[in-house]
Amino acid sequence: MLNFIGVLFDGVAYGSLLFLISVGLSVTMGLMNFINLAHGAFAMLGGFVCVSLGLRFGVPFLLALPLAFLASAAVGFVLERTLYRRLYRASPLDQVLFSIGLTFMSVAAATFLYGPSQQPVSLPEWLRGQVHVGPLDLGVYRLFLIAVVVVVTLALGALIERTRFGAQIRASVDNQQASAGLGINVSRVFSLTFALGSGLAGLGGGLGIDLLGLDPTFPIKYMVYFLLVVAVGGAGTIRGPLLAAIVLGIFDVAGKYYVPEVGAFVIYGLMVILLLLFPNGLIGRRS
Amino acid sequence: MSPAPVVSHSLADGRWKPLEILFWLLPVAAFFLAPGYLVLVSQIMIVGLFAMSLDLILGYAGIVSLGHAAFFGLGAYTAGLLAVHGWGEPISGLFVAAAVAALAGYLVSFLIVRGQDLTRLMVTLGIGLMLFEAANKAAFITGGVDGLSGMMVGKLLGVFEFDLAGQTAFIYSYVVLFLLFVVLRRLVNSPFGLSLKGIREGGRRMPAIGADVSKRLTAIFTVGAAVAGVAGALLAQTTQFVGLDSLGFARSAELLIILVLGGTGRLYGALVGAIVFMLAQDYIAGLNPAYWQFWIGLLLIVIVLFARGGILGGLERLAGPLLKKNRNGGKP
Repeated sequence: MLNFIGVLFDGVAYGSLLFLISVGLSVTMGLMNFINLAHGAFAMLGGFVCVSLGLRFGVPFLLALPLAFLASAAVGFVLERTLYRRLYRASPLDQVLFSIGLTFMSVAAATFLYGPSQQPVSLPEWLRGQVHVGPLDLGVYRLFLIAVVVVVTLALGALIERTRFGAQIRASVDNQQASAGLGINVSRVFSLTFALGSGLAGLGGGLGIDLLGLDPTFPIKYMVYFLLVVAVGGAGTIRGPLLAAIVLGIFDVAGKYYVPEVGAFVIYGLMVILLLLFPNGLIGRRS
Repeated sequence: MSPAPVVSHSLADGRWKPLEILFWLLPVAAFFLAPGYLVLVSQIMIVGLFAMSLDLILGYAGIVSLGHAAFFGLGAYTAGLLAVHGWGEPISGLFVAAAVAALAGYLVSFLIVRGQDLTRLMVTLGIGLMLFEAANKAAFITGGVDGLSGMMVGKLLGVFEFDLAGQTAFIYSYVVLFLLFVVLRRLVNSPFGLSLKGIREGGRRMPAIGADVSKRLTAIFTVGAAVAGVAGALLAQTTQFVGLDSLGFARSAELLIILVLGGTGRLYGALVGAIVFMLAQDYIAGLNPAYWQFWIGLLLIVIVLFARGGILGGLERLAGPLLKKNRNGGKP
């Protein structure tokens, strides 16, 4: 029983990290109908920014995280303005090919700059070790991670539900033409949303070094997880991917813990079943 | 890739054009003039066959698959395991491999016809990854990451032994590729092939003219899988080795690149793409694999943004006025 709660806890931590990285992908897919396989590259960028800042300039971890967010958001913004927007109306195949190309380039560039090995991260002292809650041992870093994701999710929810910009996003998701007709600058909404999503991925990449590891193959290794969260959760919402990410995180951790010999089967099998049962995602796109 | 421009809505006349015949004489010339490159050219032909199988489902039926290597790997492991366990006869091995891959393709196709683009993408990706994991974990059968070795491939037709110089392998690959090409050329020029293009261009309207979309997609996906299985079996038999990478995501992605490089929806695009890609890889990858990946990525982006239709599509546009009469073959 204690084991089970521990696995559950790890699964939730893992799932919230997946959610943080994937939520941007969900929004861009819902908003722009863009199948962006290169989303993991933005997460990797955030991770490498954290590592570089920490190792070369001695920037503390907590300060490096927002900088990772900014760096990924900036790169996402520039790429959206220059390349991505040319392909919004292209076929899914074009989008897939383009983003695979981008992924390959990022993997090669990261290998060139950092070498093929795993990157170390130095967490501050107070984030290491365990905390004892009754009979349970919980990782401090995982608690921290969950807390960050809760805060980010609440902020994101407030942004989308309560602010003017959020209303513009919702309107653009529902009907681009009508939104444009009402005077919403849809193209600006796209750029800012893409930048926000990329930034969150970068933040997740930095936060996740300790859990997911960081090496140049990161965008390819976790591509399927990010896509999975969005495909199962349904594109264009926040609650859907959140639920999907937590479910996937728990199943993945539980699968690796209880039936290690089956390995990644659990997650791929779950994915195929969920996709067949809910072709439009667990929580359908708002109508 | 954006679908090839549909020039004609009538059936192709199916006659062989001089350029096509010339194209198929190229390997024959290579056999006599470049005996040092037989192994490379055999590999190119096998990859070309594999790319053609993807062209069937992607170029013609418009199904984006990120896991086509699953069927290639299935065929390769089937032929490999047969040869390891004493069934070394190559041609029957090809047939068994094709049957296994076709069965897998048939089963997967039911998942494919259910979903739309994103779901299809995910399902093919997921199935590819699952098979990869399976082959990886079942090391006692497949050899795991070390690959499957110890294949004893028998003599071709009981007469020709697979030699080190690769002459038998070359002729074997060439004949299989050519025979399958003739069959597939016939297939895509048939009313069935035309209905696939119809599904690609506007799937929702096809039922209105009485075409059963699901049935057709199932059929072509099964055929595509079988051909991919043959390609895998060919590679296994001619190299007498099956690596885990024959199932991997990288191979599926590479195949997509080869196909769009050559041009989708025209069979020859797959072959031309394989030639250009493999020669470039042979030349550049020796320097450093990481740089190769960088250039491939850049190439993909450039193709998508500026050169839709790939090499053959570009040539077609350049030579458009000249080829007006015989565009259906899509030959340079």
